[in-house]
This record gives sequence, structure tokens and C-alpha cells, in this order.
Amino acid sequence: MKIVVCIKQVPDTTVIKINPVTGTLIRDGVPSIMNPDDKGGLEAALQLKDKYGAHVTVITMGPPQADLILREAYAMGADKAILLTGREFGGADTLATSHTIAAALKNLEYDLIIAGRQAIDGDTAQVGPQIAEHLGLPQISYVAGLEVQDGKYIVKKETEEGYQMLEVAGPALLTVLASGFKSRYMSVGGIVEAYKKDVEVWGVEKVDLPVEMLGLKGSGTKVYKSFTKGVKAAGEVYEVDAEQAVDLIVSKLKEKFII
Amino acid sequence: MNKNVYVFAEQREGVIQPVALELLGKARDLADVLGEKVVAILAGYQIADKANELIAYGADDVIVVDAPELKDYITEQYTQAVYTVINEMNPNVVLFGANTIGRDLAPRLSARLEKGLTADCTKLEISDGSDPKLEAKKLMMTRPAFGGNLMATIVAAKEGVQMATVRPGVMQKKDKDESRKGNVISYNVTFDPSKFAVKLLETVKADKGLVDITEAKILVSGGRGVGCKEGFDKLTALAQVLDAEVSSSRAMVDAGIMPHDRQVGQTGKTVRPNLYFAMGISGAIQHLAGMEESDLIIAVNKDKFAPIFNVADMGIVGDVNKIVPMLTDRLQKELKK
Amino acid sequence: MNFNLTKTQELFRQMIREFAEKEVKPLAAEIDELEKFPAETVEKMAKLGIFGIPVPTQYGGAGGDNLMYSIAVEELSRACATTGVVVSAHTSLCMAPIMEHGTEEQKMKYLPKLASGEWIGAFGLTEPNAGTDAAGQQTTAVLDGDEWVLNGNKIFITNAGPAHVYIVIAMTDKSLKTKGISAFIVEKGTPGFEVGKKELKMGIRGSATAELIFNNCRIPKENLLGKIGGGFPIAMKTLDGGRIGIASQALGIAQGALDETVKYTKERKQFGKAIGQFQNTQFQMADLKTRVEAARLLVRSAAFKKDSGIPYSADAAMAKLFAAETAMEVTTKAVQFHGGYGYTREYPVERMMRDAKITEIYEGTSEVQRMVIAANLYK
Repeated sequence: MKIVVCIKQVPDTTVIKINPVTGTLIRDGVPSIMNPDDKGGLEAALQLKDKYGAHVTVITMGPPQADLILREAYAMGADKAILLTGREFGGADTLATSHTIAAALKNLEYDLIIAGRQAIDGDTAQVGPQIAEHLGLPQISYVAGLEVQDGKYIVKKETEEGYQMLEVAGPALLTVLASGFKSRYMSVGGIVEAYKKDVEVWGVEKVDLPVEMLGLKGSGTKVYKSFTKGVKAAGEVYEVDAEQAVDLIVSKLKEKFII
Repeated sequence: MNKNVYVFAEQREGVIQPVALELLGKARDLADVLGEKVVAILAGYQIADKANELIAYGADDVIVVDAPELKDYITEQYTQAVYTVINEMNPNVVLFGANTIGRDLAPRLSARLEKGLTADCTKLEISDGSDPKLEAKKLMMTRPAFGGNLMATIVAAKEGVQMATVRPGVMQKKDKDESRKGNVISYNVTFDPSKFAVKLLETVKADKGLVDITEAKILVSGGRGVGCKEGFDKLTALAQVLDAEVSSSRAMVDAGIMPHDRQVGQTGKTVRPNLYFAMGISGAIQHLAGMEESDLIIAVNKDKFAPIFNVADMGIVGDVNKIVPMLTDRLQKELKK
Repeated sequence: MNFNLTKTQELFRQMIREFAEKEVKPLAAEIDELEKFPAETVEKMAKLGIFGIPVPTQYGGAGGDNLMYSIAVEELSRACATTGVVVSAHTSLCMAPIMEHGTEEQKMKYLPKLASGEWIGAFGLTEPNAGTDAAGQQTTAVLDGDEWVLNGNKIFITNAGPAHVYIVIAMTDKSLKTKGISAFIVEKGTPGFEVGKKELKMGIRGSATAELIFNNCRIPKENLLGKIGGGFPIAMKTLDGGRIGIASQALGIAQGALDETVKYTKERKQFGKAIGQFQNTQFQMADLKTRVEAARLLVRSAAFKKDSGIPYSADAAMAKLFAAETAMEVTTKAVQFHGGYGYTREYPVERMMRDAKITEIYEGTSEVQRMVIAANLYK
């Protein structure tokens, strides 16, 4: 079984703060991490490898620094790592990104492509399904469980009401939830070996598409403006004893016709 | 020429989903500004009778695609159906709910149509042409990014249909008006079953025994300051008096005290109740992102510098474990009167 | 000159920090409270290869270095000093002497199972009457045919009980004094070998500390480690390496207490502002931070020298002396900054203070470290 896992390096958005004076994002000192759902995707692939034997390739599109998450993937147990990087890919929205990655994936053999459901910097959840469409593959998103039975994938998809069990034959693309696949730690031996291995660096020459379909030019959307949310005008804060606090709350509820 | 504001009117087992009605409400506003019609795409099997409900909530036309292939939501079947409609009708705008169906279907369509798509929008407006950098009558799609730390307004970069998925619970549905008139159009799609590669084996409703907190009118939400399971029992008692639901911050979910589906915030749910009690919640940005649009926020916290007080309409510096039971008693008496 | 960790060491630090935060820290209070050996954590660490960090891959180890091992003990101890010492005693006191002095057969027999964490290791030197003066060994080993017969008691042995492999120091010829001391490998379950009662301790309460009792315990002749009469230098060298481990443990405790205190003094408000905004707090914290960083440089320099094959005995002693005293000072002040809360078990700093104390005592007291440092100075 050949599995390709698409991963992305993202800023750890849980530690990003806003400068209260200027209202701008403080990006200094924010660590770059492997996107959590993508790490879940890699874990899903490694679990298949552990159970049935598989060759796991990870690919990321990003700047040269994204090498770090590929090393991490090696240390977790990936067999091959590819960094897809190039100036031409910059400024891409999900449509252009998915075209680029899909074109790169055409250079590889695969029975299964796994991506994270969404990345924590963009939270779009779009690139996985878009890649699947470009490659003409069936997709299952929100995947929280995965088994192989008689050569087919039995997939658990989470929904708002519960879950669905779906069956698909490869090649297919799955987008995975981190919560379904608690990712393993890098092993010590894996870490020691990680920097001794090669990361293949692919540029635009591996992407057989007209350059107008890449990066900013190939994007279907553009950012018109971005801004930090203005803080809502604060209400009154009372330092009172519990009895008075209850009085205040009750009168507020009455004022707003809630009771 | 692309025309009209379309809504993918999601139904599950024949029940129109609340998000579809919210989208119709928003689509109505957008269409009125544009001087266009609101069109609902209702896809499913034996669902034609639901079309009138969509009209009552603001649709001018309802395109009904009724086919056995569409009995359950499966990506390719629905993509073929909706793609055929969009490809023929050339909508100006198409809106989808940003849930496990909309966020599965819309990107697939975006790639098939070669058009852009903006995810998980919390605000939609039509540009008025006042900014020379942006032509008039474009859809401005605003969404949170960077974990809710940043808001970005996105516009389509290509000609043609403008598409967005919209976060459930954010837009307001219109009041139901049974007297509204509209057209119900039955639409036939020729499917290509050779592409149907995914088979649905089983749909399981997990017995979470819980209500969707995004639907609640009143939420009593607890954080680290509530501390333990017993503290949440007190919140539950208060919630019962107010006919409210209990929700929580991420800390309490991580601690295993509350289930994930009751989590409010960036990694949980976005809620917009009429009243949100923030009990012992300090108000990390990730939490605020999920609740600050609530109509009325009352916060109780020991720490008078807690960021929650910056978004609260009323803040009380005090001990939740003391105030909550007293408030519960008091409300019980008030409501008996 | 380069003070940066290598990319590999940095990647490792990232992993072990995350592991310690997510898997070790949540259990720290409980294993202290219940004096419970962290068996589950040991299993998790074994799976990741944490018990075989500096062991070459041909013996089933990770092929890492002593600096990585030091980082591991530091980061684990930052969360839980008990967990840190389990790894430290296993690595420095049991695997290291086998790696350095064992025959090929001994290495092949013991290292793969130790490095994988299937077996845990321990080291028995201290006796009721031979603590700091390690030369006063009363445990004896007598060759009888193809077997050594061991008699005597070892006390305060870390990992005693959970450990499968014990490096035991014993007198083979009393008349030769230190030159009559030899080292042996003893396996759990050998007839005549028992583990005594677990000590009840002030700190590192989850670590198993117990007596080893040898009563006509017969082990195969080939379980002699090194040469007959070569045990004393083996013990001393082993302790040199062990001191890097304990220095790392002390460093981790100090860092943990410092981090807790920064967090607390940011949150805790008195007289209308966070106590971290008072200059008294800031100046004291600046001093503590400086000490911790100085300790880290000493610890890493000692580990680096060991990795580079440079004599490091005095470096390890200085690292341990300074890091241990730093841990004691930082944790004591951390409790003070936490005030009444710091004295309660609601906050981790009281545990850290209790844990810190042992680092001034075991694997050579601070006084012994000064002796080692001075001996190097005046040699």
C-alpha cells in the first residue's frame, strides 16, 4: 500500500496574541508546528503502516523552513519526504494551492491520499476536497476512523448527529480529524535518523500546469482587507457582595425581558 | 451574466436544517441590495413538499432536485446535482452552510467549477462602490483567520459565481411568512453513476443525549473558575431554571469534565444566544471568538482583570460557586411569581 | 564555539518537552501523593526509546548522545523529578557501565533489553556503612567454581524493585582495599537476591528506593563487569556520568519552579497589581533566572565533554553541585513567592522543593562534589 500524506506548517495560532495598544497580531515568538489535523492524517497513515505494512510519503508545500515538519514526519515514521517550494506558489488561495499540490501528486504513485481536515491558520477545510476533484478521486472528509477490509477502506466519518460508516476503494482521498487519530510522539531513534535522511525538494518543474494557474494569479479569491477585531465596548463591572450581585443580575434579566 | 443569490438548502432526512433558513435570511438581504432573486436549491429524495417552507423563509424560487441518488448525502452524488444546476443557471452568489455537508460539497464544486470559495464566513455584504479598489455589487465575505485573531474580508478574483460557506448560528433567519409566494421548479439531473465510488454503509446517531448548543437561546457556560464536576452541577441547576443549556470553555473539556460538543470557542462551537452567562471563564481570545456575538453577556469571575469583562455587558467580580446557587434560588422564586 | 543545540538535539527537545507536558506533568502530583512508581509513564517512555538514548543502534539504542540524554532528564524533571530520576539511574548508573566496561557478550545480552525499556536498570554501591566513603564496602563476592557468591546489603538503591538488572559493587579482596573491589551484573530473580522494604522519603516519592539483600546469592562467573579488582574505578566513573544526570534533574526542577513562579506572579494580584510587577519580585526572579541559565551551561558543557571524549569528572561535579544548589534556592524562593498557597499541595512548588533536596545528597553529596572539584584543582 502506498500512502501520500499532505501536511502543512502553520503558526501555532493558540499562542498568537493581539497587541492591546496597536490591535495588531504579535507573531514574534509564535512557534511553527505541523498542523494538528495533518499530524492526525500522518498518524492515520502510520497506523495503516503498522497494521498492514505501507510506504508513507509526506509532502508539504511551503517555504524552505517547512523542512522542519518533514523531519518531524521522518521522526514519527514516514518513509519519504517532499518539500514543494517555489516563488511561483506564493499568495495562493485554496483553489491555486490545490491545483499545485494535485499536479505535484501526479508525479507519485498512491493507493490513498490523506490530508488533514483543515489547517489552523486558515481553517478552510477546502484544499483536501479540491485536490480530490482535480485528481478525479473520491473523497471522504471528517474522517475519524479507518480500516482496510478486502482491499477497501472502511471509513468512519463524523457528522453533527453522530457518524457514518462509508466504504471506498482506492485510490481515494481522505481528510482526517486530529481527534480521531491521537498522533504518536517522534521516537528518539527516529529523531536521531531524521536529519540523516534526504528531503526531496521539488520546484515548479514538477508542477505541470500553466503558471497562470499557480499562486496569486491562479487564485479564485483574494483578500480585500484584513483587520483585527475591535474590542466590543466593555459593560459595567461590579465589585459587590454575592447578594448584591444576584440583585444586579436579576434586574438585568428583567430589563432585557428575559424573565 | 451571473444572476441571483442561491442558497444550498440543506436537508437531512427530509428536515430543512436551521442553517438553510439562516442562509435564506442573509440571501434575502443580499438579493434586495442587488435587486436580484433568492433561489434555493433543494436536493434530496422525496423532499419536494419542503419547498414551501423555503419560500416562507425568503426564497423567491426553489429549484427542487428530487432523485433516489440523493437520499443520503454523499459527496459525488450531490456534487453532480448541484454542479448541474449552477452550471446551467449561472448564479451570482451561492451560499452553503459551513458544516460537515457544506464544507464537503462546496470545495468539491469550487474545484469542478474552477471558481473561488470562501470558507466559514461570519459576515456577508455587498460592496457599494465607494472604495475605488473594489467595484460595486461584489460579495464581500468576512471570516476569521489565524485562530480567530484576525478577520479577513475576501472577494472573488475570477468572473462568475461567487461562493461561500457560512458558519451556522451566525446569520439571522427571517420570520416565517406563510403568505409569501414563490416558484417551485422541478429540475432533472442526469447522473453519471460510474463516478459513485463511495458507499454509505451505516448512519449512526451517537446518543450524546445532548442538545446542539448553537441552537440554545440561553447558555450557562462554565470555565476553570467552576473547577469541578460538582461546580457544573450547580450550573446545570441554574440552566434548568432558565430553560437553558450548559456549555463550557476549552479548559473544562480538556480536563474531561465537559464533552467536546459543549465547548464554545475557536476549536468548539460559535454560539450566539440571547443570553450568555460566562461563569468562571477568564476569556481567552479563542473563547471570545466563539461567543462575543451573543446578544447579552453576563460574566462572573474572581479576577477583575479577566479579559471576559472586556466583552461582557455586565461583569460581576466574585466567586461563581457562591453566586450561582444564590442566583438559582432567587430565579426560582422570581419565576414562580 | 557554538552554544546552539544541533537540529537533532533541538527536535528532540521539542518532543521531550511535549511528552513531559502532556504525559508526565498531569501525573506528577498523584505519584508523589501516593508514592507510586510511574509504571505507565515508564511504558510510554520505553515505546519512544527514551530508555536507550545514548546507546548505539547496534545494541538496540537510539544512537543519540549524552546531551540529548541530559535534555531528556531535564525536561522530564521539569514536570516530575521522580520520572527524571528513573531515566537517569537507568541510563547513567546501569547502562553506561555496561557500555563502557562490559564484554561484547554482556553488551549483547543486556543492552538491547535495557535500551528498549523492557528491562529497567539500577546500581548498588551505597551500604549502611559506606556512603560518601564508598571504599568501605562490606558486601563481599567470593568465586566458587563457576559462580560468584554475593553476601551483604545495599541501601537507598534507586529503581530497586522495578529494575531487572543491577550493577552491584562488592569486595572481592578486602586486603587490597579499593583495589579489591569488583563490579557485577545481577539479575532480578536470582536466588539469594531480594529487594527489601521501600524507603519513605521526603521527595521524589514516586521513585522506588529500597534495599538490596544478598544472601549467598550465586551469579555466573561471566557476570563480573570489567576486571577483578576493577570495581572501584568503574563505580567512580559511573558516578561521574551519573552526576550529569542528576545535575540535569536538578536543572529541570529549578526550571520547573521558575516557570511556575513566573506564571503565578503574573496572575496573583496584591495591592491592585500583579506581584510580578513589583521590583522586589523582578530582581529576585532575575537572579534566579541567571542562576538557572548558568547551571544549564555547566550541565550542557559537562555532557558535551563526555560526548567529545574529553575528561569531564570535575565538570560533572561542578554541574551537579551548582545545579543542585540552584534547584534548592529556586524552589525555596518559589514557595516563598507563592506564599501560603505555595505551602499547600494545590500548587506544585512545595513538591519541587522537597524533590530538589535530594539532588544535593545522592550520587555524591554537595560536599563530595566539592572534594572532587578541589582534588582536580590541587592535583
